[in-house]
Amino acid sequence: MLLMNKAMAGSFMPEQGTQIAKQVDNLYGFLLVVSFISCAILIGGMIYFVLKYKRKSAHDKTAYITHDTRLEVLWSAIPLIIFLVVFAWGWVLYHDMRKMPENALEIMVMGRQWSWTAEYKNGVKSSEIVVPVGKDVKLILGSEDVIHSFFVPSFRIKQDAVPGRYTSLWFNATKLGEFHVFCTEYCGTSHAAMITRLKVVTQEEFDKWLIEESEVGLLPIAERGAKYFQTRACASCHNVDNPAAKIGPSLYQRWGKEAHLSNGTTVPFDENYVRESMMLPQAQLAAGFSAPSPMPSYQGQLSESELAAIIEYIKGLN
Amino acid sequence: MGHASGKNYINEEPGLLSWFTSLDHKRIAILYFVSIMFFFLVGGIMALLLRLELFAVNSAPNVGNILKNGDVYNQVLTYHGAVMVFMVIVPGIPAILGNFFLPLQIGAKDVAFPRLNLASWYIFMLGAALAVITFFVAKVDTGWTFYTPYSIRTGGAVVMMVVAAFIMGMSSIVTGLNFIVTVHKLRAPGMSMFRIPLFTWAIYSTAIIQVLATPVLGITLLLLAMERTFGVGIFDPKLGGDPVLFQHFFWFYSHPAVYIMILPAMGVISELITTYSKKTIFGYTAIAFSSIGIAAVSFFVWGHHMFVSGQSEIAGIVFSFLTMLVGVPTAIKMFNWLATLYKGSIEFTAPMLYALGFLFLFAIGGVTGIMLAVTAIDVHFHDTYFVVAHFHYVMVGGTLMAIMGGFFHWFPKMFGKMYSEVGARWSWVFIFIGFNVTFFPQFILGAKGMPRRYFDYVPEYETLNRVSTVGSWLITIGFLIGLYVIVQGLRKGKQAPDNPWGSKTLEWQTSSPPIMHNFDHDPVVTAGPYEYK
Repeated sequence: MLLMNKAMAGSFMPEQGTQIAKQVDNLYGFLLVVSFISCAILIGGMIYFVLKYKRKSAHDKTAYITHDTRLEVLWSAIPLIIFLVVFAWGWVLYHDMRKMPENALEIMVMGRQWSWTAEYKNGVKSSEIVVPVGKDVKLILGSEDVIHSFFVPSFRIKQDAVPGRYTSLWFNATKLGEFHVFCTEYCGTSHAAMITRLKVVTQEEFDKWLIEESEVGLLPIAERGAKYFQTRACASCHNVDNPAAKIGPSLYQRWGKEAHLSNGTTVPFDENYVRESMMLPQAQLAAGFSAPSPMPSYQGQLSESELAAIIEYIKGLN
Repeated sequence: MGHASGKNYINEEPGLLSWFTSLDHKRIAILYFVSIMFFFLVGGIMALLLRLELFAVNSAPNVGNILKNGDVYNQVLTYHGAVMVFMVIVPGIPAILGNFFLPLQIGAKDVAFPRLNLASWYIFMLGAALAVITFFVAKVDTGWTFYTPYSIRTGGAVVMMVVAAFIMGMSSIVTGLNFIVTVHKLRAPGMSMFRIPLFTWAIYSTAIIQVLATPVLGITLLLLAMERTFGVGIFDPKLGGDPVLFQHFFWFYSHPAVYIMILPAMGVISELITTYSKKTIFGYTAIAFSSIGIAAVSFFVWGHHMFVSGQSEIAGIVFSFLTMLVGVPTAIKMFNWLATLYKGSIEFTAPMLYALGFLFLFAIGGVTGIMLAVTAIDVHFHDTYFVVAHFHYVMVGGTLMAIMGGFFHWFPKMFGKMYSEVGARWSWVFIFIGFNVTFFPQFILGAKGMPRRYFDYVPEYETLNRVSTVGSWLITIGFLIGLYVIVQGLRKGKQAPDNPWGSKTLEWQTSSPPIMHNFDHDPVVTAGPYEYK
């Protein structure tokens, strides 16, 4: 049974990115084995009985058995004991997940329709979450609008981000690499696109990344724009290296040309058009896209200088 | 075999209008049957559209992508859920089969309040009509759960939809009240509480939940409507409210509602298994009390929907523990049914196939329910396709199997005609296989982390989604065959004898179809309901 448990653990689950993930999978493996045995008894028993006691004639005599106290006590007690075991096992693990470690690296993560923003202590903002390997990390979750939920399948962790209060979760990544972050609380139009990456890097890479990101202000304006384009999640909806539309229109070689709108008119693709598209995304929809646009407004999200940098970057895409 | 006089509830009063003013519980059951089947068709078409959309990732050219954008998908998803829950599965068995057979099974002439019974159908239709109108006025995209603050801020006729659900809830309360009084007051002489057939026991337990839990849903939905209309701050943090409070209120109704959906199904299964095994039910008292037990505990488990909502750790643990306790009476029922098959004389009629299908699907739905009740496991599975698969196994696998099985079982009694056995068995084959093909892959998708309510997904989930979509077509074929069998049975079915299955309960002791007042003479009951000796 233990061997089977080991074999089952992790099957059908995403890769294990934390120690907790391994423990969750062990419990899941145990549950799978017990469930399999229970179903084998119930379904197997059913199939055995219906074949064995198949009706032979309309006058078949059947046994008259109204109850059997011993059996009934047995099949109430055994499930109860199993349920209590898995309950207690789950409790212990759940407690580990909920007990925040001390001295963890704290990152503030804000959800909004439909992106995540991680804010680090030194002021760096990023739409991807970058963390060092082998270190306790605590995420403090908040939301600017509706309820979202922060889910990293490979880490087996999930926590709702609720407007009007903070929630938190922690993890200690054991594997380098990139992992999906999904929003799992339904939040409207682009709920399914509220996906980002969680990058686990070495401590050195992490330190370097933090410094680089905080020095973005010293870069040339277009390069800064390129950074913002990535970190403010513009890149998740807009292509910049080919003309194909993603969730939004491509920005590749668009600058200075005519922008065709969904109402049939055209406007020049210039600074003011790009600015308005970011501030009031519903105002001028590109042709081929239906209202309402899933693009969130960046009003109050971007400073004037950040806005100018992004515009400068889009200019350079020609 | 009809009644000697040739009169029965169908032909006693002529004209279509007589149906809409009838106070007869059997006729009202037929009204419910026709309307609920229509809503089932609507909800089913929505489900097919959703599955078709998910057939492929959206970047793939020309396949899948039929719902245009996330908004349309979210609306279809909302109507699929709301229609299926509020207009099909919650009213389904109690309003159709319960209305028809509860009075017959206890030897009564009708329910306690026939006028209220007819009124409940009109109230239900009013609510349903309002819900349908929202689809044409301004489509709602909140999901059937109406979670705040999304439901307060999004567009669409949310208030109207919520009022519709409120009105349908009223109908549910009235029906429940009627059944409770009927069981207590109108039993035939000798029909003690422990001689009541288990189907009636199940409907009775359900009625208790309907009466106690539904008002909470009503109040919650009204608060939501007030917040949206007048800006009273209850759930929206911007107005000083608490969005998680809504979840507590909502699940305080909606978790017991899960048992409103499944308890009647369990009642049907008890009837089918004894009849087609020709054997007395094993553990009558245990099954009857486990229905009441499930009804009682179901009020204290709502927090298991909220393990990651930000509720305290201790709340999570307490709700996990209480949820485990619901598992015990459920397991008892499964074992009792199994023991009933032992040394029986089992006939593989279509209703029995549906009953066996129920046991199969419910076993899987049950064990996965226990997995979800384990806090640490639920953190990973919560709001993924694992949950979608689990509740479809229980609610669809369970309840729909029971509706179909129960419907074929009682078809001869309801209409006085026989249906085609062969056709009905084929419908079972397609529904049963199609169901597993559709929903089993979703367990794996959920374990791999695919979130629910997603218009699109990352490419690694595509293969399993394709399998699932193909399964939905098989289910459709199964239901179309079922519909054909029913229509053919009504048109050309052979005349049914009074008791074609050799069943022992009272409804089979009157003519098929029953006369207006059910029995020629008030039946006198001298033994339990399943005396197959």
